[in-house]
Amino acid sequence: MQRGKGMKFVGDSRIKANNRMVNQPKDYSEYPGKTEAFWPDFLLKEWMVGAVFLIGYLLLTVAHPSPLEGPADPTNASYIPLPDWYFLFLYQLLKYTYASGPYNIIGAIVVPGLAIGALILMPFLDKGPERRPSKRPIPTALMILAVAAMFYLTWESVVNHDWEAAKAQGAITDKHLGLLPDVEIDETAPGYEIYQAQASCVGCHGGDLAGAGGPMLLGNELTAEEVAEVIQNGRGGMPAGAFQGTDEELQQLAEFIAGLKEAE
Amino acid sequence: MLNKIYDWVDERLDITPIWRDIADHEVPEHVNPAHHFSAFVYCFGGLTFFVTVIQILSGMFLTMYYVPDVENAWKSVYYLQNEVAFGEIVRGMHHWGASLVIVMMFLHTLRVFFTGSYKKPRELNWIVGVLIFCVMLGLGFTGYLLPWDMKALFATKVGLEIAGSVPFLGDLIKILLAGDAEIIGAQTLTRFFAIHVFFLPAALFALLAAHFIMIRKQGISGPL
Repeated sequence: MQRGKGMKFVGDSRIKANNRMVNQPKDYSEYPGKTEAFWPDFLLKEWMVGAVFLIGYLLLTVAHPSPLEGPADPTNASYIPLPDWYFLFLYQLLKYTYASGPYNIIGAIVVPGLAIGALILMPFLDKGPERRPSKRPIPTALMILAVAAMFYLTWESVVNHDWEAAKAQGAITDKHLGLLPDVEIDETAPGYEIYQAQASCVGCHGGDLAGAGGPMLLGNELTAEEVAEVIQNGRGGMPAGAFQGTDEELQQLAEFIAGLKEAE
Repeated sequence: MLNKIYDWVDERLDITPIWRDIADHEVPEHVNPAHHFSAFVYCFGGLTFFVTVIQILSGMFLTMYYVPDVENAWKSVYYLQNEVAFGEIVRGMHHWGASLVIVMMFLHTLRVFFTGSYKKPRELNWIVGVLIFCVMLGLGFTGYLLPWDMKALFATKVGLEIAGSVPFLGDLIKILLAGDAEIIGAQTLTRFFAIHVFFLPAALFALLAAHFIMIRKQGISGPL
C-alpha cells in the first residue's frame, strides 16, 4: 500500500491498486484567479454568510410565533381551506375555468406534470454548449415566464383570500382547551329536546352547545326574549327563520338557552 | 492523546485521504463572495443545506413531545407551543425553516438554471436536484397535517383530492397516503407522520449524498 501513512494488513489478500493517486483534489488552474482551500479559508466565509442568514431566521422565529389553529374538526362544513403559501399558485390555478370542474385534470395534473417533467429533462431539452442566459433565449424566456406565472398566481390567491374570516374560523376557543364555562345542562328540559331536534341549531352550535361552526351557547348573556328574537331574526352569520316549530316550542327553546348561565 | 488515537485508526483504515479531499479542494474565485459580492448567489445551495440541518435537528426535538394520534396530536403541539421551555422557539424554527428551505432551494434552482450549470457533464446532478425539490415539497405537504389543527386537516383534504384525480392511479395513491378512500383520520395522521419522519428523510439523505458526491467529483461549474 502506497496510500496514507502506509497500511500493512495481516494476510492482505487485496490486489495492489494500480499507480493512480486517489482522491487527488481537482485542479482549478483552468480558472485563473484567487482560488483558495475549502478548509478553513472558504468555509469561514460561508459561515459568515450563514451567520447573517441565521440572524434573520431567528428574528423571524421570535417575531412571529408559528401559527396553531383549533383542533381538526372534520364535521365543520363551513371551513374555507387554504394550503401552505408555497402551494398557493397550484391552488389558484384550479380556480380558473379551463383548469377546474370538467377540466380539473388540466390544472391538477397536466400543467404541474409538464412543468416538473420539463424541469427534470432540462439538460436534454437544452443541449447546446452555451451557458449565458442571453445566448439561449428560449429556455431563459420560458423560465422567466414560469416564475412570473408562479408569482402572479400566488399574488392572486393571496388578494382573493378573506384573511380576516380565515383567522376567525380557525381560532382556538375555550372549548378546545377544556375551559368550558361551568354550566349545568338540564337534559330533561323540553327546550333541550327541541334544541337537539333542530338540525340547524346543532349544526352550528354543536350537540354539546359549546359551538361548532357558530359560537358557543353555554354561558351566554342573553335573556329569553333576546334569544327568541335572535332565533327568529338571525344575527351576524346566523340566518333568520331557521327554526322549525311552533311558537310554544320556540319559547321553551329560548328559555332553555337563556338558562345556560354560568353558576355563580 | 487524540493524535495517538487518530494515528491508531488511520493506520488501520487510512482515513486521512477522505477528509483531506474535503478540506483541501480548491474553491475558485468566481464563487467566493469575498472576492465578488455578486457571488452570494452561489451560497443559496449551501444555505439550503444549512436550513435542512436545522430542520432535522429541530424535528428530532419536536418528536420528543409530539404524539401522532388524533386524540393527542393537537394537544401535544399546543402543550409544546405554550408550556415546554423553548418549545415555541423550536417549533418556530421548524415552521419557518420549512418555508426558508423552499425559498432557498427555489433561488438555488434559479441560480443553477441561469448560469447554465446543469449542462454536460452535470445532467445527473440536476436530475437529483429536481428530485430533492420534489422530496422537499412532499415533506412540506406531509408536515403541514401533523399539528392536526383546522387548516392542516382541510388543506390536506384538498391535497388528497388532487392526488386522487390522477388518472387510473388516483384512488390507489389516495389510499396509500390516507389509509382510506374517504376518511381523513387516525390512519392518515400516522401515515403522514411515518412518511414525514422516516420515508422522505431517508430518500432525502440518499439524494443529498448523491448530490454532494457528484459536486465533489465534478467540481463546481466554471465562470460564465
